[in-house]
Amino acid sequence: MKPSAFEYASPATLEEAVSLLHAGNGNAKIISGGQSLMPMMAFRLAVPEFLVDLKHIPDLNIIRIADDGVHLGARVRWCDIAGDARLLTAHPLLAEAITHVAHYQIRNRGTVGGSLAHADPSAEMPGVALTCDALLTIIGSSGTRIEKASAFFTGPLQTTLEADEILTELHLPAWPTARRWAFKEFARRKGDFAMAGVALFYDLDGNGRAENAHIGAIGVSDCPIRLGAAEAALNGNVVDDNTIAAVAAAARAEIDPPSDIHAPAAYRRALVGTLLARGLTQSAG
Amino acid sequence: MQIEFELNGATVGTSVEARTSLADCLRDNLGKTGTHLGCEHGVCGACTVLVNGEAVRACLMLAVQANGDKVVTVEGLSSDNLSPLQASFRKHHALQCGFCTPGFITTAHALLTAEPDADEERIRDVLSGNLCRCTGYVPIIEAVLDARKFYAVQKEKA
Repeated sequence: MKPSAFEYASPATLEEAVSLLHAGNGNAKIISGGQSLMPMMAFRLAVPEFLVDLKHIPDLNIIRIADDGVHLGARVRWCDIAGDARLLTAHPLLAEAITHVAHYQIRNRGTVGGSLAHADPSAEMPGVALTCDALLTIIGSSGTRIEKASAFFTGPLQTTLEADEILTELHLPAWPTARRWAFKEFARRKGDFAMAGVALFYDLDGNGRAENAHIGAIGVSDCPIRLGAAEAALNGNVVDDNTIAAVAAAARAEIDPPSDIHAPAAYRRALVGTLLARGLTQSAG
Repeated sequence: MQIEFELNGATVGTSVEARTSLADCLRDNLGKTGTHLGCEHGVCGACTVLVNGEAVRACLMLAVQANGDKVVTVEGLSSDNLSPLQASFRKHHALQCGFCTPGFITTAHALLTAEPDADEERIRDVLSGNLCRCTGYVPIIEAVLDARKFYAVQKEKA
């Protein structure tokens, strides 16, 4: 239960960090909070030869709220988000989702960038990023690129991050104040990984009908996923009991969740329908 | 690697491998064996210490990452007598084998220092990150609830 040996550096600039990663030739990894990487190293599921700590790199811990939305630096921690009252109005879905992330001590160390780069299929942050059409800023030795969250997650614990790239910022697009939304998940113990969870939002047109529906789910696939059929069942409809039942049924039909030690597939399928129905009911109220 | 940090109010220096966790460094290099190691992968909370005043899992932090920080272990919460929180744990029989106790004490200390008015729901939420296999949690919650008054006084003084 101890990590294998590695070298460690704590560079002062992003450029230096990128060049260290580049020199690591695929065997170097970023560490920041370490709340996902350290357990993987303890189990020797990850055996990096070089760790590059983001601790001393400035400005990565900033939460910036601008006209175009919320910008979260990679080193922003869960406790930073929970403690920032501006986010309750600037991005209520994010604020709510964060209340489900991990336990007290882990929230003091775990970071936005770490969670996105780790890409656990059950984690909240990747699900929120995907559902909200977030943009990720990534810096590497070949320059800076902006990636859509929808392209970033490619499999369980897999992303498009190259070995010499660092995720530096998450940009969640601006949030209209009238937007309807909900985040629901179920875990045996609050703070543990969810058996399944859903994030949703939509806007209302002049006739009180839902439009621009975004519905995402975590814990039901290799990656966080968008539920396109459920979104289609919601768009253009008044959010009443019939619509809610139709959206839940569409979601249950379009997912193919895994069975594991925590829950069989049929349970997860039913759970997603239930969570969606609860979320929609809450959002409509 | 040579590192230096403040431990329970005094500056300490030691040499560690990069892979040494803060928990192992505290126990093996610095003799602070009140920091207990249970699962060693961030589930049980027994190794909780305070880093710059915040409760963190010492098994999920590298000792080199604590370089320059302020670390407080359970030994740092009182000098000779029990701290009010520790005394409350004794009064409420909030421990049995005692293995998880340092993690509960350090976690509760961090919580009550920041939020002396934390209600039972908040206390339960925060302590849910720590595992105990003996007492069934109820006496632990009662001990923390009872200790709040001491922290409220501290906060008023500050």
